[in-house]
Amino acid sequence: MAVVARPLPDRAPELEISQTHADVTRDVVGTLGRASTGYLLLLGSAVALFLVGLMTFLILVKDGLGHAGYNPPIFWAVFITTFVFWIGIGHAGTLISAILFLFRSPWRTAVYRSTEAMTVFAVMTAALFPIIHIGRQWIFYWLLPYPNQRWLWPNFKSPLLWDVFAISTYFTVSSVFLVFGLIPDVAAVRDKVTGWRRTVYTLASVGWQGTDNQWRHYTRAYLYLAALATPLVLSVHSVVSWDFAASIVPGWHGTIFAPYFVAGAIYSGIGMVLTLIIPLRRALRIEHMITSYHFDNLAKLTLLTGSILFYAYAMEYFVAWYSGSTFEQTTFYRRAFGPMWWAGWTMIICNAFVSQLLWFRKIRTNLTAMFVISIFINIGMWFERYVIIVSSLSNDYLPWAWGQMNPTWADWGILAGSFGWFGMWFMLFAKSFPIVAIQEIKEMIPMPRKRGGGHH
Amino acid sequence: MARARRGRHAPGVLASFVHVDAAVDAIRALRARGHRNLVVYSAAPNHEVEEALEHSVSPVRLFTLIGGLTGCAAGFGMTIWMSLDWPVLVGGKTIASIPPYVVIAFELTILLGALSTVAAVALFSVLMGKRGIAYDPAYSDDQIGVFVPAGSDQAGTVEQLLRSAGAVEVRREAA
Repeated sequence: MAVVARPLPDRAPELEISQTHADVTRDVVGTLGRASTGYLLLLGSAVALFLVGLMTFLILVKDGLGHAGYNPPIFWAVFITTFVFWIGIGHAGTLISAILFLFRSPWRTAVYRSTEAMTVFAVMTAALFPIIHIGRQWIFYWLLPYPNQRWLWPNFKSPLLWDVFAISTYFTVSSVFLVFGLIPDVAAVRDKVTGWRRTVYTLASVGWQGTDNQWRHYTRAYLYLAALATPLVLSVHSVVSWDFAASIVPGWHGTIFAPYFVAGAIYSGIGMVLTLIIPLRRALRIEHMITSYHFDNLAKLTLLTGSILFYAYAMEYFVAWYSGSTFEQTTFYRRAFGPMWWAGWTMIICNAFVSQLLWFRKIRTNLTAMFVISIFINIGMWFERYVIIVSSLSNDYLPWAWGQMNPTWADWGILAGSFGWFGMWFMLFAKSFPIVAIQEIKEMIPMPRKRGGGHH
Repeated sequence: MARARRGRHAPGVLASFVHVDAAVDAIRALRARGHRNLVVYSAAPNHEVEEALEHSVSPVRLFTLIGGLTGCAAGFGMTIWMSLDWPVLVGGKTIASIPPYVVIAFELTILLGALSTVAAVALFSVLMGKRGIAYDPAYSDDQIGVFVPAGSDQAGTVEQLLRSAGAVEVRREAA
């Protein structure tokens, strides 16, 4: 039986690329050349931010989590907020690389590599936070499934342990997906560079030559990896949401939490994709590959997930009222009109309302507007998690145990450090590996034919 | 253009094509004459080439299935066994409760399914792949390469066939 490679859908006219295969190789390999001053300044800033976070972390290790404003009743605050924020950022990458692959959406081709890289580095960033948060980092391995000194095994009924498995699996599978997709492109780079770079890319390309036999196994495996990653991406943020929803804390104990968190994760992830690729395409001079058509589609996805969030926010308030539970009603009243009203409204305005601007095509195709909106999304989605976590803990069932929490210098230091850590890896990746998928772009471009005519 | 590579080469003829239909014509003609052991290089998967080569479905899927099922069994097995190994009774609830363990089993299904898929590609493409076959860097750029294993007695005929199909370069590889 003949095996047919992934068939291409009918291409939208916007996707017709006027380049040849050789142009694509040259342009993408060209992005890996000498670093510009602007790039070095950005990388230096990222490293500086990371060092701020590292210093803050060392002070926390020495003195304890009191510096981070951890006091009764709030023991989950900025670190868990930032953990959920970064896990959410990671979701757009797998959505674009796996789910849109299965849907045969051709517009993903130009942007999926950068989003996959973003996913891996976002999850790497998120993975730091449970370790920062636990306070005694030297015993983090207690989370792993091995018995303690009394031979008691971990509690697999706890959502926190589910989370360990979900995040570890997500990180592993996302990394595998990224590296696997890179192999043919690294081979293309190997064949274009010289000297020590050739040696490095030769090792990294693990013997790839693009033979028919290699493609036969590779295309099938890529399909199965996408099929495996698709339910995974939906499950991971569901599991993260159950960290909250499986408790009985007012504002957390909601059955809509899993889809609500997944939609929010994709929304925030696309926000970060936009923040990254709008300047990146200019810096790497790949505007002709990532065009307004791609941004229009990303914006539509943002609009869809932003609208789901709008609905979820409305439902949260409706259910709090309809439940008749004083505790739920008080929690949601205080989110809008209590001491944290500013955070509550930041979340609603940035996520529910700002996303509605994307109904207008003029805004969707205006890159300055899209960049500004993406910043609003990043801010709004961080505040969403902050509001959910801190406001619910600050006033639950016992009014005498209510309390407030304000982020301290340590919280901001760690948050800044997380952006530095993420930015540092992303920028190093963008200069070391093809940020646009050479092989998949070439699949979009029909090869020349002796007898003329277009794609068969 | 051609780059000599170190090590022992399989004897044969290597042809480069810039036109996909010319390469497909050559593959069909070679297969019709009994040359079944071809190696075709391309920068991206091409369904016309795959159709011409008439490959069977990759066995990678079997590894994905076995990996996934192993992960699922391991997830349930680990959680149930660990719960029963030291039973902690909380509020009269079931010791080994299946619904919460579905999450662990699901994650391990995905994890082992994905890892075994990649392991299968490494096995079939790299470890069991053909070695010592001539290659040209242009094949990862914009050309299609066709290598035909052939002894010196057949090489002349093969060269002629490849040139008439439209190869832009044909070269003979000695052992």
